[in-house]
Amino acid sequence: MHFNAFDRYLEKESFLHRLDPRVKATATIIFIVSNVLLPDGAWVAFALSWSLLIAANALSKLGIEYTFKRSLIALPFALIAVTTLFSIHGKPLLSFFFLAWNFTVTDAGLLRFSSILIRSWLSVQMAILLVAVTRFPDLVHALEHLRVPAILTAIIAFLYRYLFVLTDEVYRLLRARESRSASVAGHKSGGSLLWRARVAGNLAGQLFLRSYERSDRVYHAMVSRGYAGRLYTLNPHEMKSSDYFAAAFIVAVIFILQIIGRL
Amino acid sequence: MFFSPVLMHIPDSFLSVPVSVVCWVITALALAVAVSKTNQALGEKQIPLMGVMAAFIFAAQMINFPILGGTSGHLLGGALAAIMLGPWAGMLVMTAVIAVQALLFQDGGMTVMGANILNMGLVTATIGYGIYRSTSNQPKPIKLFAAGVAAWLSVVAGATLSSFEIWLSGNAELKVILPAMLIVHALIGLGEATITVAALSFIMRMRPDLLDADSEAVKGGRGWIFVGVLTSLGVILLSPFASSNPDGLTRVAMNLGLISQSRPAPSALFSNYAIPFLGKTPFSTIGAGIIGTLVVGAIIFLIGRGMKAKS
Repeated sequence: MHFNAFDRYLEKESFLHRLDPRVKATATIIFIVSNVLLPDGAWVAFALSWSLLIAANALSKLGIEYTFKRSLIALPFALIAVTTLFSIHGKPLLSFFFLAWNFTVTDAGLLRFSSILIRSWLSVQMAILLVAVTRFPDLVHALEHLRVPAILTAIIAFLYRYLFVLTDEVYRLLRARESRSASVAGHKSGGSLLWRARVAGNLAGQLFLRSYERSDRVYHAMVSRGYAGRLYTLNPHEMKSSDYFAAAFIVAVIFILQIIGRL
Repeated sequence: MFFSPVLMHIPDSFLSVPVSVVCWVITALALAVAVSKTNQALGEKQIPLMGVMAAFIFAAQMINFPILGGTSGHLLGGALAAIMLGPWAGMLVMTAVIAVQALLFQDGGMTVMGANILNMGLVTATIGYGIYRSTSNQPKPIKLFAAGVAAWLSVVAGATLSSFEIWLSGNAELKVILPAMLIVHALIGLGEATITVAALSFIMRMRPDLLDADSEAVKGGRGWIFVGVLTSLGVILLSPFASSNPDGLTRVAMNLGLISQSRPAPSALFSNYAIPFLGKTPFSTIGAGIIGTLVVGAIIFLIGRGMKAKS
């Protein structure tokens, strides 16, 4: 498997790509928190939030509609929120029977539902943009600078590094299962559900042992290269004055956005 | 590609700010303990071991098996990780997996990551390890049986907790979301249980040293049995009680400041509608919960017997 099959980073020469990963990560989190804090039905603030997102898209030179297209994949999650339509007390708008239930859509429910959808849709897009303009190792270093425990960021960095290797391992196991599972047309193939689950469980057990033994080899290889419990990077990750300005600008904009949302 | 979303990954803005903050605080405290505990147990080896194991959980979630039509079952891995690596290391591994799912694949939100880690990492590891640990001196079939029950319970408990969090945020009616999540995840949990049991019995055959009494003592003490059983009992007994009588919980939540006073009491909303599969009194639903757990336990036990007979 190609090493960047899981990578979401898109190489471009843009202001957002050059911005310090700490600033990008913090700005994304501030943007998402701001969306969550906006009250239901703050349409003007939502629109401003959206225009911020479009501006960020334009700054990244990935195209104004880049995150919009990617966000459609994440949309099915929003269906969980459908229950809010019926859960909030308010003026009934629409009532219908489905199976044994009587569903009533209320105006307050509709307001909450659409607000949640907009908030989570905006948040997902900014998160998509973050990983498109930041290399994942840089993002992990940013997390470390932002006081996430070093052990946790190191585990995340390792997870990312070995995901490709273990995915190859999974592909091999699945390919082996495929080649063992020949079937004759017109005949029932494969065992019972239980048997299939057991085969999958054996694959998981096999994968565990291969990963466990690999982690041992990785550890010994690291120790023989002078590893003593800490990972080092040659990238200094120094904040430039433009990074500070960008951070201050984002905080100010979000602050104004929150005030507008509460007017 | 293979990546299949799980209902339990709560997206951003689905939880209210107070609920998100409370979950983050609980998660951060537990992780702080987990970091220092694994540091004592593993030392400098912890980074490569847990890093590769986190990649294992991620990759193992791609192993699927066809169930019916286009649907397929696959592993979540919280219980398996805790049984193999110990509860603290299991928590850290699951945290890394959930963080990467949120950061890289936008599967689960960032502000609600505390809640997602709590539901899918901390609770699954606690219950998974606790229930399994209670059979540490027992013969293999009983251990496998306990692992199956632990895996099933961990998934169901995670789903229950996430329903509570969404309800406390005022975004769903508990009487709707709890049964829906429970039914879906009771089925998902069966897949989790069979894969976990099969994987564990494979490892027991190939590398019994990873699961013998000595290595178990290193992973976590017997106190985990108490914590694990208590957590699962708490979640299981609480859920039917709350779904048939949410007033008490609403009051507690209001006192804690999780729900604003201005919100209408949730119990008033659906009171006119009968929901067929929920009983009228809390005791009947608790009874139903226990019977359900026993039935699932019996099924897993029989499956375990069948597997042992074949192998």
